[in-house]
Amino acid sequence: MSRLLPLLAFIALALLLFVGVRMNSGKDNSAIPSPLLGKAAPELLLPELVLPESHLGIADLKGKAYVLNVWGSWCVSCRVEHPVITELAQSGIMVVGYNYKDSPEDAARWLARYGNPFALVVQDRDGQAALDWGIYGAPETFVIDAAGVVRFKHIGPLTPEIVQEKILPVLQEAP
Amino acid sequence: MLPELGQMALLIAFVLSLLLGTLPLWGAQRGNVALQLTARPLSFALLAAVTVSYILLTMAFVQHDFSVAYVAKNSNTLLPVMYQVSAVWGAHEGSLLLWVLTLCVWIAAVAVFSKNLPDVVHARVLAIMGLVALGFLAFTVITSNPFERMLPAPLEGHDLNPLLQDPGLIFHPPLLYIGYVGFSVAFAFAIAALIEGHIDTRWIRWARPWTNVAWAFLTLGIALGSFWAYYELGWGGWWFWDPVENASFMPWLVGAALLHSQATTEKRGSFSSWTLLLAIAAFSLSLLGTFLVRSGVLTSVHAFASDPERGMFILAFLCCVVGGSLVLFALRAPKEAGKPFQWQSRESLLLLNNLLLTAAAAMVLLGTLYPLLADALGLGKVSVGPPYFGKLFLILMAPLVLLIPFGPLSRWQRENLSDIARWLAPWLALAVLIAVIAYFRAPQHPLKSAMAWFSGIWLALGTARFVWHRFAQSQGRFTAEIIGMVTAHAGVAVFCFGALMTEGLSVEKDVAAKPGQSFEVGDYRFTFLGVTEVAGANFIAQRGDIQIGIGERHLGILHPEKRQYASGGSSMTEADMHGGLTRDLYVALGEPTDNAGGWALRLHVKPFVRWIWFGAILMALGSLIVIFDKRFKRKGHEA
Repeated sequence: MSRLLPLLAFIALALLLFVGVRMNSGKDNSAIPSPLLGKAAPELLLPELVLPESHLGIADLKGKAYVLNVWGSWCVSCRVEHPVITELAQSGIMVVGYNYKDSPEDAARWLARYGNPFALVVQDRDGQAALDWGIYGAPETFVIDAAGVVRFKHIGPLTPEIVQEKILPVLQEAP
Repeated sequence: MLPELGQMALLIAFVLSLLLGTLPLWGAQRGNVALQLTARPLSFALLAAVTVSYILLTMAFVQHDFSVAYVAKNSNTLLPVMYQVSAVWGAHEGSLLLWVLTLCVWIAAVAVFSKNLPDVVHARVLAIMGLVALGFLAFTVITSNPFERMLPAPLEGHDLNPLLQDPGLIFHPPLLYIGYVGFSVAFAFAIAALIEGHIDTRWIRWARPWTNVAWAFLTLGIALGSFWAYYELGWGGWWFWDPVENASFMPWLVGAALLHSQATTEKRGSFSSWTLLLAIAAFSLSLLGTFLVRSGVLTSVHAFASDPERGMFILAFLCCVVGGSLVLFALRAPKEAGKPFQWQSRESLLLLNNLLLTAAAAMVLLGTLYPLLADALGLGKVSVGPPYFGKLFLILMAPLVLLIPFGPLSRWQRENLSDIARWLAPWLALAVLIAVIAYFRAPQHPLKSAMAWFSGIWLALGTARFVWHRFAQSQGRFTAEIIGMVTAHAGVAVFCFGALMTEGLSVEKDVAAKPGQSFEVGDYRFTFLGVTEVAGANFIAQRGDIQIGIGERHLGILHPEKRQYASGGSSMTEADMHGGLTRDLYVALGEPTDNAGGWALRLHVKPFVRWIWFGAILMALGSLIVIFDKRFKRKGHEA
């Protein structure tokens, strides 16, 4: 029996990998609609992460449209979408970082390692405020218009297609 | 024309590997010596075919033949020649070809150095390696042909990923591959032994040097990757528990266990089926690493462009190789023989070492795959980060660190551990004393700093105690095996000290600096002089000048850069550092903070960080020294 154990363990592993490859070939992360869509975004009552490059405060967000990106230094998929976020920010759109369940030191290091696209980073260390936003993981991305209404939400890493087809149109039609 | 020749060579290699994988194996089953003897010439022919193919791909890069899709994607005319050559393994298709080439070099090496083996064993071992090559060649030819044409040819190629345009990264993949693929030798011997149906300590003696070489290269490859991350990625970390790092770390851990269990089985005959299983596991994990990187199952910074078809192919191949060998193992694993031993003995200590190392590998595997498992079970998307890995790894490695000095001092079969405890007690007390002092003197993270001093001193003194014991007991007779072991264990001491000191006592400061402003970090002073623009071969860089000093003394000027490559894409950070034996001063350039020449700077002081890589080099060196032991030079077929 004990000789069969390695084989059984491997079969379990192979099954998992099989499911993994299958899942990967037709991923759809945006299936869950947010109840916040079309409603006012919750107020950001979070401490800011102090970074040398930050040049905005939460008060400056009032009356402006912005993209809120939920990320954490522990989150691998956030690294994958990071170039997309950077490009979005470089195109002149204000992107606010929502640092989720993370320590300030790790967050600052992560931004140092990969570059900081965010005009401002707010911190939700224990994930309490995330409940108000209906956030249940990272990465997630919200688009909030100038009136403070949530216009779009995406779960999972952003791709250039989502930015082109969903986010930019929403931002253009928003007042 | 040349790329077509390359493709032809690849197809010929495919046929040759098919022959190598079947004819000698069949000959071995039938007792047909003529067929068995085809193994050697076929091995050389296979190496020749793959080499031709590889050289032709390199030529396509050097000649800027952008009609080859792979070249167009990963090179351009501005790329320095050095990187044109290394760009061959800069992406999926070419790196796969390098994998195959490395494997063929190992096959040919086994063919050359295995003249003393019985023909049957020799034929089986080469044939099994040939089958592995067959799988990878099929993968290359069917799903990842590097010679595919792209017509009409573009005038200019994209560029090699700027991250990879670095001297350190030229050698990182080849070293890793030599390590990964090297485990195929131990694997082939294990399978040959299972087919044979009984395990002979001779094959283990034979396989040991190969495992040592493979493990040494894997160590160097991982260390180089870690060093590259340290200075290239721009934030001074040296290990990230990234899925792909984990993929190379798992075979390393199992390989370390295999080194020790092979030694035990060779000398005492104990743990023979465990050694076989570890040999299978080490190579299987190397294959799994290849799978994880290329299938897109896990997201990671290192991931190659992924493709479900490729994922399925490697998964099928993985199932054949690993599943097949484990079935064979379940059917034919030998009954535990070997000389009996009591629980107080070197065997027990080595068993404990093996359990801890494999448990650590299992922990890493679980952490790496857990996000996938959670996703598959519908538990949502989860990431497992450094907190999990760091803590569990520390918990598993702490007993290992405690036990290392006991191992060499103990005797086979039976030992009175209280004798050894008496020899080691003063040194243990000394290490504890220093750790306590370090605890109370540390400016921050006192526990880590105490652990650093304790592990470093305990391992170093414990190993030194063994050297002294050896002088006293056996008139100073040191075999290469013992010298290698002592070197590697000293490497562990150096590594532990460096890693824990860096983790505990590093000071980092993120500042917004104006030209002329000075900052104090630890005992050091960093003065920001300004940023200028400079041009490189294929990039433009913002280059900072930061003067560093301590007290009245100037240490020099550092030049961190932020590069924008001509081919576009996001900018790259090139940190600069002032290295030293006891500390590194490290500066990375952030973003401009205003229009008046102000920049964000990351300033770090990292004590003893280089010891991490010195330690790794010592471990690799120790592993290599062992292969010069006389026991591996014995000629003939005697046991």
